Amino acid sequence: MKVVRDTWLIFERSMFLTLRNPVWIIVGLLQPFLYLVLFGPLLKSIAESTPGFPPGGAFNIFVPGLLIQIALFGAAFVGFGLISEMRSGVVERMRVTPLSRFAMLLGRALRDVVILDVQALVLIVLALPFGLKIDPAGLLVALSLLSLIGLTMAPLSYTLALILKNEDALAPVVTTISLPLLLLSGILLPLTLAPDWLQTLAKINPLSHAVDAIRALFNGHFGDPSVGFGVALMAILAILALAVASRTFGRSAA
Amino acid sequence: MTTQTRTIDPAAESVIRTRDLRKTFTGRGGAVEAVKGVDLDVRAGEIFGFLGPNGAGKTTTLRMLATLIPPTSGEATVAGVDLLRNPGQVRERIGYVAQGGGSDPLMTGRGELVIQARLFGMSRKQAEVRAAEVLAALDLADAAGRTTGTYSGGMRRRLDIGMGIVHQPKLLFLDEPTTGLDPQARANLWDEVRKLRDNGTTVFLTTHYLEEADILCDRVAIIDHGTIVAEGTPIELKRAIAGDVVTLGISEHERVLSLARAESYVREANDQDEDGLVRLYVDDGDRALPQLLRLLDGAGLSPQTIALSRPSLDDVFLRKTGRSLRETAA
Repeated sequence: MKVVRDTWLIFERSMFLTLRNPVWIIVGLLQPFLYLVLFGPLLKSIAESTPGFPPGGAFNIFVPGLLIQIALFGAAFVGFGLISEMRSGVVERMRVTPLSRFAMLLGRALRDVVILDVQALVLIVLALPFGLKIDPAGLLVALSLLSLIGLTMAPLSYTLALILKNEDALAPVVTTISLPLLLLSGILLPLTLAPDWLQTLAKINPLSHAVDAIRALFNGHFGDPSVGFGVALMAILAILALAVASRTFGRSAA
Repeated sequence: MTTQTRTIDPAAESVIRTRDLRKTFTGRGGAVEAVKGVDLDVRAGEIFGFLGPNGAGKTTTLRMLATLIPPTSGEATVAGVDLLRNPGQVRERIGYVAQGGGSDPLMTGRGELVIQARLFGMSRKQAEVRAAEVLAALDLADAAGRTTGTYSGGMRRRLDIGMGIVHQPKLLFLDEPTTGLDPQARANLWDEVRKLRDNGTTVFLTTHYLEEADILCDRVAIIDHGTIVAEGTPIELKRAIAGDVVTLGISEHERVLSLARAESYVREANDQDEDGLVRLYVDDGDRALPQLLRLLDGAGLSPQTIALSRPSLDDVFLRKTGRSLRETAA
């Protein structure tokens, strides 16, 4: 099918260009890694002495949050790469070919998903010595969930890039959106510790449900209602984000 | 400067045909009519130049024809396809080279050509073969494995053109193809464009360089404020407004003038300028000059100096718009 072939072409090209400059993949891992090493041990002692901390090891609570952070920030900033491709004229050049507009988007978004899944795996392996215990099947579902977050955030970032067209405008918008999303997902400390109003606010944030789902999955609790809900919610959001972004790709005079 | 002697078959099919093509941009500042009803007929196998100052509507028109922005109204057929109904099919049949180019500085020239060919449906094998052909044709074979970030301006421009023709389109759009190039690179690029034309590709280009329109293009449309003010071959356009001028440094003005005025090919003759020279306005200077020399020789008159000057496309622009393109263009 043409869309599949086109998507593969764009994926292949994007991945090639990303791997030519792999330093960004490492930079993207650096922040979660520092949280793991420099903040995680603090959390461990808090977890043992704090009433209301959810059950499970401290790192089983903490690492899912870091994974969300990777997915959120990794994907939220992909628009910057698109802006540089717009500036070099590559996007416009490809718009005057039979290339499917959806493939222009999906090929790039899938590259982003693969990168963030690899980053997530690296972080998980690094977290094992700290005492992270994971259910292998749960890990697979968790990675799928992270992929869905990537497939939501990356298209949104691309949409903003196509509309705003320059880095100076994109940076504050992306930061303004992603920071509250991150804080309200309970990634550093579980939201069970939060006051009611904060918990209510967090429930509106889809990412908090994703964090809950990943925590349950790491503990092997597939039957936990948060798993089905988190996956379904993120799947719907990913479809919506892809639909919006592919419309923008089709229309925009990049 | 060379003169065009190439003739275009008027019956050749139109590769681009537009009727009352318009584009209005609506933004915060209200509506701006960038293109106000353009009628174009670009014939197969010609280099068609769209000449005008910056902001005249050249690029907007080209971007509409290349499917990048939808027209506000009007009709257009591009490469045999209805542009408004079926932009997707137009894209399969045209090549497009933007003013700023379109290569990634981290990709090699070969890599860019291969992916471009694959975007047009070629297999990896076919794309590699075709990329090698294009690299050789554009004299880029030695630089094929280098990243385009290391290319000179002229090389990058040739690669851009290579990407525009990798799928062998019948019609190629070039937006300001030589802007920013040094004279040597510009001359090289003109040669490449002529080669494409000679191989049967129709080329539609925009330019604000008078020389480029005059020397390179078979036919030219002059656009100003979104409207076409003149269209034809550069020679026709120039002749229509002024004709060529033969300037003679010679004595016995009265005899020269009366002799010249009796000739059918001399439109006007005078010596009213204070430089003491005789000016003869003729339709076709190339033909008139030898005849004039014979005429003067036969009458026993011999000029000390003789010069033939032709009106430039700037004179055409000046006549049609009241402004000089040299002043208007950046």
